[in-house]
Amino acid sequence: MIEIAILSGKGGTGKSSLSAALATLAAKIVAADCDVDAANLHLVLNPKDYREEVYVSGQKAVIDPDRCTNCGICLSYCRFEAISNKGGIHRIIETACDGCQLCDRVCPENAIHMVSHDKSRWFVGDIANGKMIHARLAPGEDNSGKLVNIVRDQARETAFEIQSDIILIDGPPGIGCPVISSLTGVDKVLLVAEPSLSGVHDLKRIVELTQHFRVQTYVVINKYDLNDALSDAIVNWCRSVQIPVIGQLPFDRAVVDAMVNCESVTNWAPDSTISNAIKRIWNKLLQHEQAKSF
Amino acid sequence: MKIAVASGKGGTGKTLVSTNLFNVIQKSGFAVDLIDCDAEEPNALQFIHADLISQKSVTQNIPVIDKEACTFCGKCEAYCHYNAIVVLPKLRHIQVVEDLCHDCGACEYACPAGAISWKSKTTGTIRTYAVNNGSSLIEGRIEIGVYSSVPLIKEVMKSSHHRQLAIVDAPPGTSCPFIATVSAADFMVLVTEPTPFGLNDLKLSVEILQQLDKSFGIIVNRAGLGDHRVYDFIAKNKLLLLDEIPFDPRIAKSYSEGKLITDNMPNYHKHFLQLFSRIKKHLQYDRNSYT
Repeated sequence: MIEIAILSGKGGTGKSSLSAALATLAAKIVAADCDVDAANLHLVLNPKDYREEVYVSGQKAVIDPDRCTNCGICLSYCRFEAISNKGGIHRIIETACDGCQLCDRVCPENAIHMVSHDKSRWFVGDIANGKMIHARLAPGEDNSGKLVNIVRDQARETAFEIQSDIILIDGPPGIGCPVISSLTGVDKVLLVAEPSLSGVHDLKRIVELTQHFRVQTYVVINKYDLNDALSDAIVNWCRSVQIPVIGQLPFDRAVVDAMVNCESVTNWAPDSTISNAIKRIWNKLLQHEQAKSF
Repeated sequence: MKIAVASGKGGTGKTLVSTNLFNVIQKSGFAVDLIDCDAEEPNALQFIHADLISQKSVTQNIPVIDKEACTFCGKCEAYCHYNAIVVLPKLRHIQVVEDLCHDCGACEYACPAGAISWKSKTTGTIRTYAVNNGSSLIEGRIEIGVYSSVPLIKEVMKSSHHRQLAIVDAPPGTSCPFIATVSAADFMVLVTEPTPFGLNDLKLSVEILQQLDKSFGIIVNRAGLGDHRVYDFIAKNKLLLLDEIPFDPRIAKSYSEGKLITDNMPNYHKHFLQLFSRIKKHLQYDRNSYT
C-alpha cells in the first residue's frame, strides 16, 4: 500500500483540483480529504456516505455563576487569557479557552466544569472507483491535527478492507499542525507549486518541513505560464535540492469549468492537453514507486 | 480599529486585498499598520517595501522535570490534556514531548513533589518594518516544525496600537489560528471566488462569524470566472457584498511578480480607494446603529 499526500504550503494553488483529477484516474483508490478545516474534495468526488461518526474536538470550561464566588483563583492560573473579570464577575472567553481544564482543577468551589465539543463529524462513503474518507471540523473548533489522524487511520483501514493499493491524501494549506499530521509517515508528498514570489516562498518553507520529516517529495508546477521565469526558477531550485519536478500544468479554463460542474478535469475533458499532462504526472508518481520496490 | 481580511479557502486573494488596501490608505497620508497573521506562510512582505526596525522572539514555556525529585506518580500525565507527558512508573521513566505541549501549567499544579520547573522555547518571531510616516508592517512568522501559531498570533495582534487603524492578513481556514485573529478584529472582510470551492468555504466562514457576532462584508475575487451561486448565497442571506475584483490575468501576473496592482495600474488604485470608503461608510453606519 502506498500513501501519497498532495500539499502546497500556499493555499489555492490547485491541491484539491489536482487531487480530484488524480483520484479519478486510479482503477481503485481510497481518497482522504485531510483539509478538515475547509474540505472541498467531496464536492467533486461526490461520495455516497454510509457511515457518519462524531468527533469530539476538545472541551471548553464553563463557570456556574450560582457557585462561583469570584475569588479569581482560576484567572490567576489561566495561561490562555480565557477568563475575564468584568466588575468582579468572572466569565470564560470561549474562543480563547484551550480546554486544558486547569481552572476546573484549581476552583475551590467546584464551580467550573468542562463541556465537550461534539459538532465535528467524519464520514466514509462510496465513490465511483473506491472509497472516500472526509470530515468536517465544526467552525472554530480545535485539534484539526487529531481529526486528520482519525481520517488517515480510517483511510488505511478502508484501503485494507477493499484491498486498495493507493491512498491519496488531499492536504490542508500551511505548515502547521494539520499539515504535519497529513504528511508524517506517508510514502510520498506531491507539492503543488505556483510560480509567484509568494508561491516560491511558501514552497521553500514546506520543503523544509517535508525534509525535516524525511518524506520523499515531488513537485508539480501549476499555472506555470503565469510567470515562465519563476517557473524556471522553481525547476532550478528543485534541482539544487534534489526534488524531482514531475510535471508542469498550464492555466486552463477547463479546470474551472470542471469545478463549476463538480467534476474532475480528467472526467470533464478526458482528452484535453491538461488531462493528458495530469495522466503523465500520475504515471510518474506510481512509476517511481515500482522502480523503488524492484 | 482592526480590519481583518480572511477567507476559508486559501489562495482566494486575502493577501492581494490586504496589501493593496494598506497601500492606498498609507499613500493617501493616513497612518495605518499592516499585520500579517498568516504566520505559517507570511507573504505581505513580498509586496511592501519596508525597513526592519525591530524584532522579537515569541516563546512558550515547556516543563522541565527534575528526575531526582520526581516520584513517577503519573499525576502530571493524567492532568495533561495534550498527551505531552509520558510516564512509565515501573521503568522510572518520564519524558516531555515538547511539540505537543500547550504551555497550560496543569502539570506543575498536578505535581505533588514540586519536580516541575519551566524553560522557554522559541516558537516564532514578530518583526516590525517601517513603511512610511507612522505606517508599518508587522509580521508574525512561526518556526518550521511548530504545531500551533495561535500564541504567536495573539502576540502579533497586540503589537499594533489599538487606536491605530490596522489591516490584518488573516490565516486561512476556520479553526484556531483564524479564531485567534478574528477575536481581536473589529471588522472582517471575507474574500471568496465564484466557484463551488469558494462558496463552500465562504459558508463555513460566515457561519463562524455569525456565531461570534462579528460584522463582516464580502469581496468576490476573480469575478467573471466560475458561476453565480456565490452571489445567490450572498443575496439570499442578505449579506454585505463590498466589492468585486474582476478575473484579470494582469492581476495574477502582477501578483506573481510581487507587485501591487494599486501601484502599477491606476484604475485599481481608484478601485481600492473606493473599497476603503465603502468599508469606512459601513463602519460608521455600524457604529451609529448601536447608539
